Amino acid sequence: MNNKVEWVYSEKLKEHFMNPRNILQNEETYQEDGKGIVGNIKCGDQMMVVIKVDKNKGVITDCKWKTYGCASAIASTSILSEMVIGMTLEDAYHISPKDIAQQLGGLPEHKVHCSVLGDKALRAAINDYYRRNGMEDKIKKEEAHIVCQCMNVSDREIEEAVLDGARTYIELQERTKVGTVCGQCKEEVLDLLVKYKKEHFGD
Amino acid sequence: MVMRRIYLDNNATTPLHPVVKEEMIKAMDVFGNPSSLHQFGRAAKIMVKEAREAVASFIGCSPEEIIFTGSGSEANNTVLFILACPSQQCNCSSETIKYKRIITSTIEHPCILETVKCLSDRGIEISYLNVDNYGKIKMEELEQQLKKGPALISIMTANNEIGTIQDIKKIARLAHQYSSLIHTDAVQAVGKIPIDVNDLEVDFLTLSAHKIYGPKGIGALYVRKGTPFCPLIRGGHQESGRRAGTENTLGIVGFGKAAEIRKTEMPSDYQRLLLLREKLRKGLKNKIEHVYFNGHPEDCLPNTLNVSFPGAEGEAILLYLDLAGIAVSTGSACASGSLDPSHVLLAIGIPVEYAHGSIRISMGRDTTEEDVDYMIEVLPGIIKRIRSMSTVEAGEGQNE
Repeated sequence: MNNKVEWVYSEKLKEHFMNPRNILQNEETYQEDGKGIVGNIKCGDQMMVVIKVDKNKGVITDCKWKTYGCASAIASTSILSEMVIGMTLEDAYHISPKDIAQQLGGLPEHKVHCSVLGDKALRAAINDYYRRNGMEDKIKKEEAHIVCQCMNVSDREIEEAVLDGARTYIELQERTKVGTVCGQCKEEVLDLLVKYKKEHFGD
Repeated sequence: MVMRRIYLDNNATTPLHPVVKEEMIKAMDVFGNPSSLHQFGRAAKIMVKEAREAVASFIGCSPEEIIFTGSGSEANNTVLFILACPSQQCNCSSETIKYKRIITSTIEHPCILETVKCLSDRGIEISYLNVDNYGKIKMEELEQQLKKGPALISIMTANNEIGTIQDIKKIARLAHQYSSLIHTDAVQAVGKIPIDVNDLEVDFLTLSAHKIYGPKGIGALYVRKGTPFCPLIRGGHQESGRRAGTENTLGIVGFGKAAEIRKTEMPSDYQRLLLLREKLRKGLKNKIEHVYFNGHPEDCLPNTLNVSFPGAEGEAILLYLDLAGIAVSTGSACASGSLDPSHVLLAIGIPVEYAHGSIRISMGRDTTEEDVDYMIEVLPGIIKRIRSMSTVEAGEGQNE
């Protein structure tokens, strides 16, 4: 076959897909300090991340995972697990989908949501660790705030919609019903649209 | 080591038949415009005429009943748009159709479903027929709809994803009983099972060259003599004024040759593929736990096997197979970029999580028993591997 035919994703992603690191093999006996599960198989992907923590240093010493999902989802969790081992909880907390995508050598636009689940699962695991150790004060609330009062739509939902492909105000409305009643929130929604497009897709 | 390359995605497209290729290369020297009266034009015209005869003979109609189009999708669009003739000045016969109704099914190809969605905005009433768990349309629903008044019915002969074959003849008879017109999108069926328009009793039928080892970019629409019609593309006398635009002579020649060859190759291919498909089914069932086959167990295209592996996601299966040199397709959402898995699998009532874990294996004239053996050898390991890193237990949920 023509050797110009490249694989569908980056070489780095391919490599992690072919040889995923840190898969959780012995779920029953693994003594994790924190565990997070996010996603839903009905949507096509679900991730579980477990971590071990050096309590004195506040550093992640081990990270294992299981993922139900596509090649990007599998590679995202694999590379994430490598990224966080040796990292402080604080730093790990702030890993963004963009960081993961970057490590993978970039993701196609329609695949960005796959890497979003990875950092969410990791944060869920860290929060679980905080909870188990009486450190609830460290848990940062996912700062969702309601943008559209009429339809009860939060900035999180707008972000999700952007990640799922909404690029215009109308597409956001189709997906979330945001601003379909009084329309007062339109300006804020447009700002968020620009912000999330820039954040996740650089445009 | 040379990696094996096994193409099991023949419902997406087929490789060009070597003889078709030869014929097309010869035709490349015949550059005339079939509309020109001089010798160059006449040479091209003869080529088109012979190809039209071959395609017509393949589906049992007369050559005047064949309109060449740019694709199967264009042919399908053409039929549906007959009901939405845009102009009073259009010199067409669509005005003889007094109704503005289309009846179709929930498992049609997007080129039907998207088009009827647009037409519903133009004052055309659309009714969707549901299908049963095997993908067969419910005849009683069709009759109920027809009792409300005549309509243009568009039902695919065989489904591209699950291979289920409809009882088009029965549907056509019912349609005519209620003074309706019947179109069938036979793009997947033609070349895989015998198709004869007079046996099926349809008014319109769509077919495409690249599914029968012909070239891409050329389709055809059969329109029964005397059936109301309106062109989608206007402004030329080509195709007897039914499809304007200078003929794709190369494509048409390829289509004609492909049809001619398929006519002789199909019968033996049918038996051979059926046996291979059943070997594959058995092999996968024996070697993989929790597998579910989708589609009709008997009324199914001989080359198509659609299968779900709960606990494993379809795009991941597809790409691990790709790395092993095997090409298939998937009904999973992840591969398409949308969040919803295949509308066909959902329509036949497969749980969403099973639909995400489905692949379609579609064999063709080049598929060998070794290919099937290799698939049976490779796939179980891939499924096992994916499941071992999955959050979802294969046995969860539905029972066998």
